[in-house]
Amino acid sequence: MAAGLEFRDLRSEIGGFAIRTSFEAPSGSVTAILGASGAGKSTLLALACGFEQPASGQILVDGRPVTGLPPAERPISILFQEHNLFPHLTAFQNIGLGLDPGLRLTPQQRNDVADALDRVGLGGMQQRLPKDLSGGERQRVAIARALVMRRPVLLLDEPFAGLGPALRRDMLDLVDALCRDTGMTVVMVTHDPADARRIAGFTAFMHEGTVRTFGPTETVLGRPDSLDLRSYLGVETDT
Amino acid sequence: MAGGSRHEMIVGQRLLLWPGALALIASPGLAIVAILALLGVATRNETGPLLDGYSWHVLRFTVYQATLSTVLALLFALPVARAFARRSQFPGRTALIRLFGLPLVLPVIVAVFGIVAVWGHNGAVSRTLVAAGLPGFAPLYGLSGILIAHTFFNMPLAVRLLLPVWDSIPGETWRLANQFGMSGWQVFRLIEFPRIAPVIPGIAMLIFLLCFSSFSIVLVLGGGPRATTLEVAIWQALRLEFEIDRAVALAGLQVAACLIAGIAFYRMARSTVSEPTEGRRILRPDISSTASKCGDFLLLSVGTFWIGAPLAAAVTAGISGPLHDVLGRQEVWAAAVRSVVIGLSAGFLALVFGTMLAVTARDLAVRAQRAGLADWVEILGSQTLIVSPVVLGAGLFVLLIPHVAVFDWAIYLAIVLNGLIAIPYVIRLVGPVLRRNAEHHDRLCASLGLSGLNRLVLVEWPALAGTATTAMAISAALATGDLTAIVLFGSGQSDTLAKLLFSALGTYRMGEAAVLAMLLTATCLAVFVVVEGAGRIGRRA
Repeated sequence: MAAGLEFRDLRSEIGGFAIRTSFEAPSGSVTAILGASGAGKSTLLALACGFEQPASGQILVDGRPVTGLPPAERPISILFQEHNLFPHLTAFQNIGLGLDPGLRLTPQQRNDVADALDRVGLGGMQQRLPKDLSGGERQRVAIARALVMRRPVLLLDEPFAGLGPALRRDMLDLVDALCRDTGMTVVMVTHDPADARRIAGFTAFMHEGTVRTFGPTETVLGRPDSLDLRSYLGVETDT
Repeated sequence: MAGGSRHEMIVGQRLLLWPGALALIASPGLAIVAILALLGVATRNETGPLLDGYSWHVLRFTVYQATLSTVLALLFALPVARAFARRSQFPGRTALIRLFGLPLVLPVIVAVFGIVAVWGHNGAVSRTLVAAGLPGFAPLYGLSGILIAHTFFNMPLAVRLLLPVWDSIPGETWRLANQFGMSGWQVFRLIEFPRIAPVIPGIAMLIFLLCFSSFSIVLVLGGGPRATTLEVAIWQALRLEFEIDRAVALAGLQVAACLIAGIAFYRMARSTVSEPTEGRRILRPDISSTASKCGDFLLLSVGTFWIGAPLAAAVTAGISGPLHDVLGRQEVWAAAVRSVVIGLSAGFLALVFGTMLAVTARDLAVRAQRAGLADWVEILGSQTLIVSPVVLGAGLFVLLIPHVAVFDWAIYLAIVLNGLIAIPYVIRLVGPVLRRNAEHHDRLCASLGLSGLNRLVLVEWPALAGTATTAMAISAALATGDLTAIVLFGSGQSDTLAKLLFSALGTYRMGEAAVLAMLLTATCLAVFVVVEGAGRIGRRA
C-alpha cells in the first residue's frame, strides 16, 4: 500500500506545544484523524501544507519530499473550517483562483470551472458572492476549487463542523465520491467517529501530538487498542 | 528570517519590512532632521542664556492653561456623558451624539470664528445681555477665551471617549442594580465610578497634550505675550521677531514637555477611539424620578448649547454676510484652490506613508509575532503628537532658509507638514483592516500561490479600498482647513482660505470672516465627499 501523504519522524514545537510523530496516509483513499481538542490534529495539517515549518523530519507526497517547499508549490490543497473563500469575489472567481492566481483564465479553464461547479451541485450559481450562499454551499465552492486544482492530496480541517447532520452527511458523501472519481488522497480531521465510519477507509487516533493508533476504520473504532482511545471514544474498558 | 527559527511563519513567506522602513525615513526621519537643524543653530549661539525669563513664563502659562482646560473639559464632560448614558433612548439622541463629533472634524479656525460670534465683544451672548439692560459681557481673548475654545473642542471629545465605557457595563449589572434598588449615588459609586476611573487618566493626558500644543486657537484668542503658548511663541520668534535662537530654545522646551506628557499618556492608557453604540435599552434604577429627568435634560441642553451655539452662529453669520462682495473676489477663489491642492496632496501623502507603516506593522505583528516591534513602528510613525507641527515646521524653516526662498515653498511645506500630521489617523483606520486580511486569508493565499501584485489587486485592495479612501478623505479635509503650516511658512502670495479667515478675524472684519468660514467649511466638506465618492466609484469599476 503506497503512502499518499507521509510524515516521517516529524518533530515540531510551537508555543510549547509538541508534535512528534510518524504516520502514513494510504494513497487514493480517505483517512480520518480523530482526537480530542489540542491533540495536534490541525497542526499536523498545517505542517503538511507548509503553514508551519517542522523543527526536524520529512513530509512526503507520493514518496517525494515537500518539506522545504512553499504552500503553493506542494501538491496539496486544503479546506478550512472558515475563510475558504474571499468574500468580495464571486463563486466563479474563487474557483478560478485555483487555476491562475491572477484570474487570467483560458476558455478551457473557464469550462473547467463551470464543470466543477456543476459537479458539486452549484450549476448556475457562478456569479453569487459568498454572502449570498449558505454555509454548505460555500464549502461546496471550496471543494470545487480543490477539484480544479487537481492536486493529488486534499486535506480537510473540519470544514463541515458548522453544518447540520443531514448537510454534513451530504458533504461527506460528496467528498467520498470525488475521492473515488479522481483517485485523490484525502485526509480529514474530525471530532466525530461517525464521520470516519461514513467515508474513511482508515482512521488514525492522535493523542498529545502523536498518532497512537492507525488502521482500517472498523478495526480502530471497533476494537480500540489503547486506554486513551477507549476513553476518547467513551467505551467500556473491561472486555 | 532564518529558516526554521520561527515556526509560526508560512514557508517561503517574506516579511514586508521595506515599506515601513521607507516611511520611517519620512516620519519620524524628517522630525529628527528638523530637531538636529534646530540644535545646530542653537549650539552656534554662545551669548547669553537661551532660556530667559520670558521663555519660562511662556512655559508656565502653557502648562497652566492646558491643566485648566483639561480639568474644565473633564468636569463638563463627565456629567454630560453620564446624562447621555442614563438616557439611552430619546428622539434625536443619535443626531446629538453626531453633533458632539462635529468639533473634531471642523476646521479649527472656523470653530474659533463661531466661538467669537457667540462669546465675543459683539457676540450673541453679549448683545442679548445688553438688550436685557445688563452690562455687556466679553470674556474672549486672553485666558478665558482660550479656555472657552479648548472646552468647546475637548468636552465633546471626552464625552465621545467616555460613552463607550458606559456602554460596556453589561445589562446583567443593571438588572442586579434594579433588584437591589440602588440609588443614583450608589449606582455611581459602586457601578459607574469603578468603570470610568481607569480611563480618566488616559483621556486627561490626551486632552492635556492637545491643549499644550494648541496653536491656532491661542494664535487668534490669546492676548499677546501674557497669554501665549510655547507653540505660538515659537511662531512669533520665528516669523515676527526673527529671533531664531529663541525659537530654538522654545522648541526644545516644547519637545521635552510633550515627550514627558506623551510617555505618561502611553503609560496611562491605550484607549482607542471607538464609536458609541446605538441606543441599547438599559434599565437603570435611577432614571425614573422627575428630578433626575430634569437634571439630565438640563445637562444635555447646556452641553448642546455649548457646542451648537458657535456652530449655529457661524452658519447664520455666513448666510447673512456680504456674500457677493467676498465671493466676487478673485483672491478668495485662488486661496480656495490652494486649500484644495494642499488638502488633496497631504491626504494622499498621509495615505501612502500611513499605509506603508501599517503594512510593516501588520507583518511584524501577525506574521512574525513581534507585536512589540510592530507597536514601535506605529508609535514612531505617529510622532507628530510629540514633535508638534510648529516645532517640525520651525526645524524645516531653519534648515531651508539659508538655501531656498522658503516663502515660495510654502505650499509644498504645508503639504508635507499636514501629510505627516495625518499619518496617525491613517494607521488607526487602515491597520486593523490589514491585520484582519492577514489573519483570515494568509493561509489560503499561500496555498493558492496568491502573492505580490495578484494578492494586492485581488485580495488586499478590495478589502481596503473603502477604509483607505475614508482615511484619505479625513486627512485631506483636515489639511484643507489647516492654519498652522500656512501661517508658519506662508506669505501674501500663498494665502489659503484658512489664512484669509485668520486675517479677517485678526482685523475684526466679521462679515467677511463669516462668509469665509462658510466657504472654508463647504470646501472641506466637498473635499471629503469627493474623495470618499471617488473611492466608491473606483471600487465599483
